[in-house]
Amino acid sequence: MSENNYPVVVENLYKIFGSNPERAFDLIDQGYGKEEIFEQTGLTVGVRDANFSVKEGEIFVVMGLSGSGKSTLVRMLNRLIEPTSGSVYVEGKDVATMEEDELIKIRRQKMSMVFQSFALMSHMTVLENAAFGLEISGYEQKEREERAMKSLEQVGLKANANSYPDELSGGMQQRVGLARGLAGDPSIMLMDEAFSALDPLIRTEMQDLLLSLQAESSRTVIFISHDLDEAMRIGDRIAMMEGGNIVQVGTPEEILKYPADDYVQAFFRGVDPTNVLRAGDIARDNQVTIIRHRGDELHPALERLQSYDRSYGYVLDKKRRFLGVVSVDSLLACIEKEKNENVNLELDEAFLDNVEAVTEENSLQDSLSFIADSPVPVPIVDNDNVYKGVISKNRFLRTMQREKQ
Amino acid sequence: MIFDYYTMPLDNWIKLAVEWVVGNYRFIFQAIKWPIEKTLNGIEGFLHWLPPEVVILAFAIIAWRVAGRNIGIFALLALSFIGLIGIWEEAMTTLSMVLSSLIFCTVVGTPIGIYASQSDRFYTLIRPILDAMQSTPAFVYLVPVVMLFSIGSVAGVIATIIFSIPPIIRLTNLGIRQVHPELVEAAVAFGATKKQVLLRVQVPLAMPTILAGINQNIMLSLAMVVIASLIGAGGLGVLVFEGVNSLRVGLAGIGGLGIVLTAMVLDRITQSLGQPKRKK
Repeated sequence: MSENNYPVVVENLYKIFGSNPERAFDLIDQGYGKEEIFEQTGLTVGVRDANFSVKEGEIFVVMGLSGSGKSTLVRMLNRLIEPTSGSVYVEGKDVATMEEDELIKIRRQKMSMVFQSFALMSHMTVLENAAFGLEISGYEQKEREERAMKSLEQVGLKANANSYPDELSGGMQQRVGLARGLAGDPSIMLMDEAFSALDPLIRTEMQDLLLSLQAESSRTVIFISHDLDEAMRIGDRIAMMEGGNIVQVGTPEEILKYPADDYVQAFFRGVDPTNVLRAGDIARDNQVTIIRHRGDELHPALERLQSYDRSYGYVLDKKRRFLGVVSVDSLLACIEKEKNENVNLELDEAFLDNVEAVTEENSLQDSLSFIADSPVPVPIVDNDNVYKGVISKNRFLRTMQREKQ
Repeated sequence: MIFDYYTMPLDNWIKLAVEWVVGNYRFIFQAIKWPIEKTLNGIEGFLHWLPPEVVILAFAIIAWRVAGRNIGIFALLALSFIGLIGIWEEAMTTLSMVLSSLIFCTVVGTPIGIYASQSDRFYTLIRPILDAMQSTPAFVYLVPVVMLFSIGSVAGVIATIIFSIPPIIRLTNLGIRQVHPELVEAAVAFGATKKQVLLRVQVPLAMPTILAGINQNIMLSLAMVVIASLIGAGGLGVLVFEGVNSLRVGLAGIGGLGIVLTAMVLDRITQSLGQPKRKK
């Protein structure tokens, strides 16, 4: 496997807590579970045969309930916890077996970490905290403060540089934690339940911040979470963990659509599929479209709708860009007006009000209000406004129902 | 009775052991004594040489800067009062003994406390020793102290150190152990070495607790002042000791008052050292 595209590769990684962990391996080979092994040996299997590769620049979410081993797993990546066996290749080098000084170098230059409890130094200012990693690495005060200031700016905390952490709100404190993680410009960031301690509104805000930072310069992020909505929202790929095992790795959609087992499935029972699916995923191109030409178009449009027995038509230009929606009624009204007032009306005059197109990349959650408010099935377009299909209220509700089952 | 026939002459053994140590290793104790003696004499000479008004003013200013205006005024009044009741010289002697003890307790106790925080085994080892140092009645070790260091103020300071060093060791150890493990983890995750974790994270965060240990150290050494006067140490303790011996209640009274006032001034100053001050 090429380390160029996969900066973090984990192979056969095990963590067994307790003395003489070898005793557990025989039982693992015989297929015993975590509880049975604990009963027989008193050893706790933290992580069991983890294998995965993280792509460069992706947000890889490790997702599981508490006790599933996800925090242990992430701590083995920078060896805050010693692996019992197996390998962790960071840019091709095995962290699990390397010497202390090389390990320290990797921690300083390649990987930073953001913690659930923020873990800020209360005796240091925000700026000093952000510069902590650089200070440890031996940078001169001037350079480290410049770089720390830049990362504080990225997280929107420049104005608070001289405050102390306990003077800030939780969300702001974690911004400092994030700035500290960014200051050394590492290629890999480990985030251990980084936003779990924040209230939902702030959590979403921080997720957005992370996503926008990723858009600016993408790092490889390994994000631990127990919150499936969060995982779905920010994860490019998700690894599902249960009882020390990684049970499935895949994109949010893959996991949602094809859960590997009942455990994964159970996870999604309470999940709101509107966060996962995008408008484009459920749009259907089943409506009558009318290509607009200049000239007398009211009559041909009306005829087209009547011949298909439809009430609405979606008007596009020659490049299939969405323009508006006409109905049989609005067309008839315009034709009546033409007769009475003896004028020539364009097709635009028949467009219905209150119809707004939704971009296919929006989540269903974000599209919900449009779908609910729209008098007609909501047109879905891509970024160039090209028509992709529609979502009707009926279609939306049926999607919800199916996903929830 | 069985114990008429079987007895263990432990008292004799202790006597022999101490005599053996005194006979063979006196040079070690002289070596220990030397820096303490020099420090004590230096501080004492300096405090006695300074005019009282300078000392009072210096303390008032330090107290004001460190602990605020009220404590500054209190220090000014308390020390002036000590001078007014005619026990200035004794108070300065006592102060220099307390400061000497403080210096040695800090220099020796803090590193021991730091080491104890890093090694469970070492801490388990020294805990009973610390317990013994604090709970053994001072009169018990006064005799060997005199045998090893002879009488005088230096022996008094040494007895004071034995009694007052445990809180510094204990609280340094406690303070470092109380630093949140996630902070240590964070430092390690950013590539800190063991030494960096200790010096940049653990010790600074433990500082309020370490300073509480120093405060306790000062309080305990003032409590030893009277006992130290039994083995020839000078200062306020002597006033109390003589007052008790000759039933002069006034003399014992001003001696005691002097100790209390000195203790309060030092306590207020060192206590507010422990509160973090922030540049705004």
